[in-house]
Amino acid sequence: MSAISVEGVSKRFRVYHERNQTLKAAVMRRRRASYEDFWALRDVDLEIPHGSSFALVGDNGSGKSTLLKCLAQILYPDDGRIETRGRVAALLEVGSGFHPELSGRDNVYLNASILGMKRPEIARKFDEIVDFAGVEQFIDQPVKNYSSGMYVRLGFAVAINVDPEILLVDEVLAVGDAAFQEKCAQKFATFKREGRTVVVVSHSMPSLRTMVDHAAWLQKGVLREVGPAQGVLERYSDSTHESSGATIGGLVHIGSGEVRIQRAEVLPLTATDEPLTVGGGLRLRLHWSAAGRVERPVVGIAVEALDGTYLAATNTRDAGDPVDVLEGEGVLECTLPDVRLHPGTYSVIASVTDESTTELLDQVRDIARFSVDSGGRSWSGGYLALPASWDQVAESTSAVDG
Amino acid sequence: MSILSELRDSRELVANLTRREVKGKYKRTVLGQLWSLANPLAAMLVYTLVFSFIIKIEPDVGDPSGLDIFAVWLLCALLPWSFFTNVVTGGMASLVGNENLIKKVYFPRSALVVANGFSAFFTWSTEMAVLLVVLLVVGSAVLPWLPLVVVVMAVLYVFALGISLLLSIANVYFRDTQHFVAILFQIWFYATPIVYPGTLVSERSDRMGPLFGSVTLEDLYRLNPMERFAEVFRNLLYDNRMPELVDLLVIIAWAVGALVVGALVFTRHSKRLAEAL
Ligand SMILES: Nc1ncnc2c1ncn2[C@@H]1O[C@H](COP(=O)(O)OP(=O)(O)OP(=O)(O)O)[C@@H](O)[C@H]1O
Ligand SMILES: [Mg+2]
Repeated sequence: MSAISVEGVSKRFRVYHERNQTLKAAVMRRRRASYEDFWALRDVDLEIPHGSSFALVGDNGSGKSTLLKCLAQILYPDDGRIETRGRVAALLEVGSGFHPELSGRDNVYLNASILGMKRPEIARKFDEIVDFAGVEQFIDQPVKNYSSGMYVRLGFAVAINVDPEILLVDEVLAVGDAAFQEKCAQKFATFKREGRTVVVVSHSMPSLRTMVDHAAWLQKGVLREVGPAQGVLERYSDSTHESSGATIGGLVHIGSGEVRIQRAEVLPLTATDEPLTVGGGLRLRLHWSAAGRVERPVVGIAVEALDGTYLAATNTRDAGDPVDVLEGEGVLECTLPDVRLHPGTYSVIASVTDESTTELLDQVRDIARFSVDSGGRSWSGGYLALPASWDQVAESTSAVDG
Repeated sequence: MSILSELRDSRELVANLTRREVKGKYKRTVLGQLWSLANPLAAMLVYTLVFSFIIKIEPDVGDPSGLDIFAVWLLCALLPWSFFTNVVTGGMASLVGNENLIKKVYFPRSALVVANGFSAFFTWSTEMAVLLVVLLVVGSAVLPWLPLVVVVMAVLYVFALGISLLLSIANVYFRDTQHFVAILFQIWFYATPIVYPGTLVSERSDRMGPLFGSVTLEDLYRLNPMERFAEVFRNLLYDNRMPELVDLLVIIAWAVGALVVGALVFTRHSKRLAEAL
């Protein structure tokens, strides 16, 4: 049973050339203002499974927010049907129902009731909300005296405590300081564990990769692709670089192309035939060619699990072995002496950026793969190896120690 | 009607929005809620000065109460009138003023208009309570009529709500509405027996005879729903007698009619509010 079904939904906006917002204008023109129809969504079909975390991605203006607002019943589609099963809460803009002159306490009650909570329910959750927002000392002050961060946190805390079965989030993940973001991430994880459905709109691919399992890609109001997150997100982020991208020898390159990493080899640490085991080492050889002279580039690699989980990355600058210049062709070797990954197959991403790591010169996903062998031992789940030893200790000993 | 079931489900919200309006209005003022009495008081002083001392309008003595105090007689109709204009003016601004909320959150939009009406009703109730005390002091036997006063107040609320539902939508599409209505209210005020007694119009109408067919000036004059409300409130509060049954029926009909039309228009357009604003 899916939590949300979207069937053939289209949404049209009227784009007025000159809107009759005054009577005079309407009378003078003696007819309805001239307008054009603009289809922000066209015939979108989606099933969002129950308990999934679902991402909506697409370029600016592709209709993500419009679709989310249709799901939240703020906008009504001109065609098609939307069915939601369960209580819906939307986080389109936090704190939008606050009254600046009223205290934080009054505003919590007001905002929570706008989101559909009943008074006893709010009273029960009040402490949790205030605690989550971290504004205990200020709760009886007018919210106009709050810092903008506190304002946002309180609004977010209310919305997230509404206990929705379906939560719709539009780019508000990035609010608050680092500690607060951490809290939010945890809250979303809890939501997911509890089997609630979360639909997020975001442009931040790394954070989406870690949190969603399904995704839909909208392009100019039309659904381009929907399915398991990894494939959709990857193809979407590739498409965003399409203009500068190129496929050479079966590898997709993105970035300016001043430097190209043509291929990569995985070699054992020493010249033996032994397979790589947990805690073992390997060498990666990146074969590069530069179109011109590139001063002080930063060359890096990243390791992903095959399901797309981003595991680790390093580069020449972090490792303290900066590259002075790349010119012509050459090979750069990266030695990883201590690979603490659990048995499995991993994929390597290679990249070259400019000195400030802001401009991407080249990036190749899945340029090489390597496997870690169990070495005959058994390893429980997860990606990272956590070296450990276990001992029985007598209780008295622990009491003395502790 | 869907608007009613919608509102039943969001009583909390209406209560909280009302609280926001009431509390937020006089925040950071020294006199606070007392300010809501200042307006009618000032109006009372001015109108009494102009219409009683200068123009010497002499309304009939209250029958059977025997009251003969212009200021009190004035307030009995002035307070309902200013409540009505407050509800409609505030209601028109309630959608436009909460644009941010409407565009970002789903909730029954009518709650905004209804809560605006309630907060005005709250203010009006305090004014009426003060008036009640005054009436008792000057010797009006108003107490037995109190239940009916409350009923008529509710009827006026419904009437005002219907009009403000209608105009709040109109104001979203044409922002002129609020300016237009402000002028309309000035005219309407003098077309309603508030500062002068309705009998002046009846006398003039009798002298003129029928205007066309059998329609007299008074017939036209009495089409104004606020005229009936003014009469009914004066009958109850100032004269202490039962209003004409037909007056009661007419105001109820106006109230129901306004609410039905207002609710229909509002329901039809409320779904498009987020994009029309
Ligand atoms: N109320 C409106 N009236 C007219 N056009 C609108 C309205 N709301 C959105 N649009 C148009 O619909 C299109 C889709 O907008 P939408 O906000 O859904 O994009 P988005 O995918 O969320 O973009 P972003 O990534 O920038 O948030 C845009 O071209 C926008 O101009
Ligand atoms: Mg958007």
